[in-house]
Parts: sequence; C-alpha cells; structure tokens
Amino acid sequence: MYTYKTALKKAFPCTIPVLTGYLFIGIAFGVMYAEKGYSFLWAALMSLLVYAGSGQYLAVNFFVPGISFVQVIFMTLMVNIRHIFYGISLLDKFNDMGKRKWYMVFSLTDETYSLLCTTRIPEGVDEKKFLFCIAVLDQCYWIIGSVIGGIAKSVLPFNAEGIEFAMTALFVVIFIEQWMEIRNRIPSLIGIASAVICLQIFGSANFILPTMLLIVAVLFVGKKRLDEGVDLSCR
Amino acid sequence: MPIDATTSFLIILAVGLTTFATRAVPFLLFPEGKEIPAIVQYLGKVLTPAIIGMLVVYCLRDTPVRSVPHGIPEFIAVTVTAVLHVWKRNNLLSIGVGTVLYMLMIQLVF
Repeated sequence: MYTYKTALKKAFPCTIPVLTGYLFIGIAFGVMYAEKGYSFLWAALMSLLVYAGSGQYLAVNFFVPGISFVQVIFMTLMVNIRHIFYGISLLDKFNDMGKRKWYMVFSLTDETYSLLCTTRIPEGVDEKKFLFCIAVLDQCYWIIGSVIGGIAKSVLPFNAEGIEFAMTALFVVIFIEQWMEIRNRIPSLIGIASAVICLQIFGSANFILPTMLLIVAVLFVGKKRLDEGVDLSCR
Repeated sequence: MPIDATTSFLIILAVGLTTFATRAVPFLLFPEGKEIPAIVQYLGKVLTPAIIGMLVVYCLRDTPVRSVPHGIPEFIAVTVTAVLHVWKRNNLLSIGVGTVLYMLMIQLVF
C-alpha cells in the first residue's frame, strides 16, 4: 500500500503542470547552451548538477574565455538568493526525511517548492515518498527538456512562442488555491504588493532580493494580527 | 566549445554548489533536533502564500506595460486562467487553456 509505486502514481498527476512548463523552458535552455557549442550531454550534466531555471539561463553566459570564478559565484548568488527563504517553510518536513533530505534541499526550485508546500497529500500514500517522487519527477522533466533542446537546437515542430506562459499559469493556479484559505489572504497580498512596489523601484533585473526583505519585514511587523488569523482558522 | 572541458566542468560545479548553498541555508541554521524558534515557525507558515504572490509578479516582470500591447495578452490570459480555476478547480484545464490562449494571442493577434 505505502510503496514507491503508489507514491509515484499519486504524485505524477500533481506534477503535470510542471512537466509542461519544464519541458519547454528546459528545451529553451538546451538550445541556448547548444548555440554556445556545448552538446546535449553538457546540458544534461548541468541540469543534473545545478538544476535551476533562471540560474542556468544566466550560467550559459559564463562559458567564455577569461571568466572569473568570483564573478560566476557572485552572479549565481544574486539570481538565486530568493531560495534562502524557501527552506523555512519546509524545515519540519525535510528534517524528517532521512537520507532523502539533502536531495530535497538540492531540488528546491520555485516550482517544486510551490508544489511541496501546497499539494495535499492523498490518502493511502506515504507522505515522505510522495514528496520525494514530486521532487524527482520535476528534475527528470527538467533534464529531459534540456536534452531535447540540446539535440534539436532551434528546431521545434511548431511555433512555441509564448509557451513559457505555462509557468505563469501554474503560479496563478497555485495562488488561487492558496487564496481559498482565508488565513492566507493577507500574506498573499503582502507578497504581491511588495513585489509590485519593488519592481517599480528596482527594475525587473534586481527586485527579488528587496522584495523578499520587504515581505519578511512586513510579516514580522504584522505578526500579532497574522498569528491570530492562523489560530482562528484552526478552530 | 569556447573553453576547455575541465574549466567548463568547474564552472558547472561552482554554479551548482552556489545554488545548493542558497537552498541549504535554513537547514544549516536549524539542523535536526534543534528547536525551531517560534518566530521562524511563524515565518514558515505565512511565507509560502507571500512567496507565491511574489512569483506571480516575478513571472510577469518583463511585461511591457507602457508600450504596445500594454500587457493586454498577459492580462487576458491571467484573468482567464484565474476565472476558469475558481470555476472548475481543475489545474490542467486552467493552465492548458490559459497557455494556449496566450500563445494564440501573441502569435496571431498582437
């Protein structure tokens, strides 16, 4: 009953939106990397060892003569700094997962984070196996996408312009699901408002870190009210 | 390849380790067995909806609002995805229709 097979069967439908999104943004990464002269094997290697959407898009530009490792590390840090905050919501869950824990930490992309935090665990399935399957499936989609891109280069069977909207739509859907629970509404609005304000001030390339700091600051200030909201919903 | 294989591999390793480090920070600060402070537990609860709100904006960050087509395709596609989802609560339907509609709009209309 509580086998990996069951967990995989239950996890797969939850990951289909990420499947669609990752295949296509993975393909886009594979194409970009191939254009720099790297075969699909290199794309697969990077997707296996790095596993970050925007991080890998940026990383493609590092493969030029004379690049400094300080620059590589600094720029990667800048684009991925938001991930520092993700683990806070998953401390208990991951600390329970034994050997799988560090893979779960490694694979904590935006999309996987959102699924892990918001998907209801179906009945008749082991929670840890279920979460692990979601994480592994998501990375498989990412690797497969980048390999296809690396092989096909710019050849796509149809005009895929705009397909990246699948990721936006996924977050919109998860947002609505969160919104259905009343206690989430104020934090949701804090997130949107902080992001819009910081986007206006700092511009689209640099607004994520200030946004995260603003969100944490506002959540701290509003702790008393928001904590009451959490308690009310538990009654 | 513009640079040799060893350097290329080291770049990948550097990017991978840096990315992993950002994801590992909370788990290094609060390892197993260590009591998680109440304020961090509180943050863990309220941070998820806020981050998801931020990610919606993040996905739309490069939408040209001040120039043609003024973000109209994005606005329509997000609205259709949201309304469809409130109505049917079917992830695949909402995401599928929203995405195909967006593709048709930017390829054929705008």
